[in-house]
Amino acid sequence: MSSATDAARRVEEQAQAGADGPVVCASTLDNGLDVVVIPDRRAPVVTHMVWYRNGSADDPVGKSGIAHFLEHLMFKGTTQHPEGEFSDAVAAIGGQENAFTSYDYTAYFQRVAKEHLGEMMHFEADRMTNLSFDEAVVGPERDVVIEERRMRTDSDPDQQLSEAMDAALFTHHPYGLPIIGWMHEIEGLSRDDAFNYYQRFYTPSNAILVVAGDVEAEAVQALAQEHYGRIASAARPQRLRPQEPPPRAARRVTVSDARVEQPLLRRLYLAPSTLTGGHEVACALDVLAEVLGGGATSVLYRKLVLEKAKAVSAGAWYFGSAVDQTRFGVTAAPAQDVSLDDLEKHIDDAVADFIARGVDEADFRRATTRLVADMVYAQDSQATLARVYGSALAIGESIADVQQWPARIAAVTPEGVMDAARAWLNARTAVTGRLEPQ
Amino acid sequence: MTDTLDRAAVGAERKKSPASVQVVASPGGVHAWLVEEHAVPLLALEFAFVGGASQDPAERPGVANMLSGMLDEGAGPYDSDAFQTQLADHAIELRFSADRDAFRGSLKTLVSHLPKAVELLRLALNEARLEPEAIARVRGQIEAGLRHDASNPDVLAMRAFNETAFAGHPYGRSVRGSLDSVAAINRDDLSAFRAGVLARDNLHVAAVGAVSADVLGTLLDDAFGDLPQASDLTQVSQIELQGQGVRRVVEVDTPQSVVRFGAPGVARHDPDYMAAYIANHILGGGVFSARLFREVREKRGLAYGVSSALYPMRHAAMFFGGTATKNERVAESIEVISAEIARMGAEGPDEDEVRLARQYLIGSYALHFDTSSKIAGQLLHLSLEKMGVDYIDRRNDLVASVTREDVRRAAARIFDASKLLVVTAGKPVGLTGQG
Repeated sequence: MSSATDAARRVEEQAQAGADGPVVCASTLDNGLDVVVIPDRRAPVVTHMVWYRNGSADDPVGKSGIAHFLEHLMFKGTTQHPEGEFSDAVAAIGGQENAFTSYDYTAYFQRVAKEHLGEMMHFEADRMTNLSFDEAVVGPERDVVIEERRMRTDSDPDQQLSEAMDAALFTHHPYGLPIIGWMHEIEGLSRDDAFNYYQRFYTPSNAILVVAGDVEAEAVQALAQEHYGRIASAARPQRLRPQEPPPRAARRVTVSDARVEQPLLRRLYLAPSTLTGGHEVACALDVLAEVLGGGATSVLYRKLVLEKAKAVSAGAWYFGSAVDQTRFGVTAAPAQDVSLDDLEKHIDDAVADFIARGVDEADFRRATTRLVADMVYAQDSQATLARVYGSALAIGESIADVQQWPARIAAVTPEGVMDAARAWLNARTAVTGRLEPQ
Repeated sequence: MTDTLDRAAVGAERKKSPASVQVVASPGGVHAWLVEEHAVPLLALEFAFVGGASQDPAERPGVANMLSGMLDEGAGPYDSDAFQTQLADHAIELRFSADRDAFRGSLKTLVSHLPKAVELLRLALNEARLEPEAIARVRGQIEAGLRHDASNPDVLAMRAFNETAFAGHPYGRSVRGSLDSVAAINRDDLSAFRAGVLARDNLHVAAVGAVSADVLGTLLDDAFGDLPQASDLTQVSQIELQGQGVRRVVEVDTPQSVVRFGAPGVARHDPDYMAAYIANHILGGGVFSARLFREVREKRGLAYGVSSALYPMRHAAMFFGGTATKNERVAESIEVISAEIARMGAEGPDEDEVRLARQYLIGSYALHFDTSSKIAGQLLHLSLEKMGVDYIDRRNDLVASVTREDVRRAAARIFDASKLLVVTAGKPVGLTGQG
């Protein structure tokens, strides 16, 4: 048996191990709430999450940041439980809680001892439909979000470049807007804006309940019926998404800032997501990102850092888990005394050379091995698994899609990777970003 | 340095324990704590050598950190690229890092690649090549990181805080070093650090995963058995936090200022430690019900985050916290935080707060034990703190036994607003530094 066949078999075995992980149960309540149960019996704890199929890319025009602002306001109380009661209840049992907003979804979670699952469902179901708070809490919470934006973006030139590049890549699609919103629009967000948005999106048919932990599927489904099942059903709201046209122009974005002492170069390519391009293309792009820029054995690292010493770091990434056309990114930090022009030329040469020569067989095998292993490592964390399943369902994938992912990665061919590279790594229609000293 | 442990005491099955820990002694005498768990086919290994960046030469901070970047840059028969290829081909994750008190390592592998993972770990620890080309590359990466953070208010505040709080002590120096010190570090510095710190008598190991005690024992000898028995550590003195009552401002042009505050804390083995821990949890622990969170964020909208914690380090005990707020409201934020600290010191918490804090800490303990890496991290932490392997089972009883009076006494010891060292980085309005 040749070593190549051996390696292929190894990947397949790993893929099999990944698929044989947890036995996930899915069902749907009469009101449309999807329920997913992921068993993990290693510790007597559960992760309870509710995902809504709306995120920042569903913010109404002129109201950027409303999905995220509402996420904050969801902690401000309901008609049944005034502000603080839910959080106090979580704290009193030693639970952890939080929430997060992304482009395509918003999610809320608690991690508690398993016997408290019903209580968490009671509170979470309550705020799915009974949100209620005074005007007085809106102002201070908006200030909190403004400080969050200052902390994450306005104090960090690096983040400002990312924000400007996203805005340049997406000329029409709302993925070009920051999740947290533009400052001038955050400042204008009101209680009414939040409630209008809440009433449009927060309904069982738009939500997914994910419970991971030391639980039985039937017991979870019964609890879900008891707490969430009583919420009236409504039609699932539609996402209204203007689609990004095919890019025609190369765009260049530069952030020059006196605070910058280490320049950076970034590149964004518009690329299909797992939903717009299909699994075969998305998996090929996953492998491409790993081959090109996944760590110290990647094509870009070897060429730019090891061989040419033009960069101190170099990498690539692909964000396939998205409803609409998405991003493939390349990033590098120049070695001292190497100009960004010089670095950019070497990156373009390295990508061109990769496309001309094709993927090295060992590089290809290593990439698929690592991606499949990541899925096995993910099984070590119930919180990670809950996120993997929740985010997949929130963008419109199925449970089978998640479970088949390792096998689909194992089925990617070198030709598939090169097809993806030729189709999507086109510098003439990409966004190139530079962070440089003023 | 390895704790003396009673093996018989830990074999018994404990129903309520969040983790059933075995103490493993390898045939060659290397000790480890093990949680055997076969649900996922992986092994997570966390280990540490006591003596981290505080062992750096005084004039050359950054040696431990640079060495942590060098051990996987070529070892034994493998040059840098070949070593990384061996790791990646087998999806093995091997990382080293340094903090003030320890030089740390972390290994994660599928059990099917265990022999290869152990071989690479042994090579990294014993036969790292430290080749000039790799040193130059890693130096360049560290320097790029330092330049990247040169105007980061968070990093600047932290650096100024440490310089003031631990003036003249290794804790006052940056773990990553400075552009000047990193430029000066040479191969001899790295070799000397390795020879002094990477030994068996200061090694702590924790393992979680699909391996038996016997398999782990063999693995321990393979990976760590060739290290010298005795470490050669430079004595580090104890230090009390300096600059008490001082306000410092580091000017940097950002719309938001970063604030860091601290005061003397309580040592890990102090009888009041658990009471002080509960007092801090009520004041500024990472929950939405903490006083600082309510006063600074919920009521006033001053900041996205605000919290505090106890830092019982090896050579100093510190109470430390921070927030970030717009320049115009920094003075107000510091005032609110100081007032809450003063109030907690003077009055302590009420009975209800103590009861809820105990409940929280008891209930949340299990959440620290739900992934292999987290369990291994907890075990390593307890081993380094010399808490004894039975601590996991005793811990919730310890929390439950703390009374309101205990918490008040501990709060009065540590929460004194006049002792706060406060460092602000940004362009705070109406705030001037002193001292």
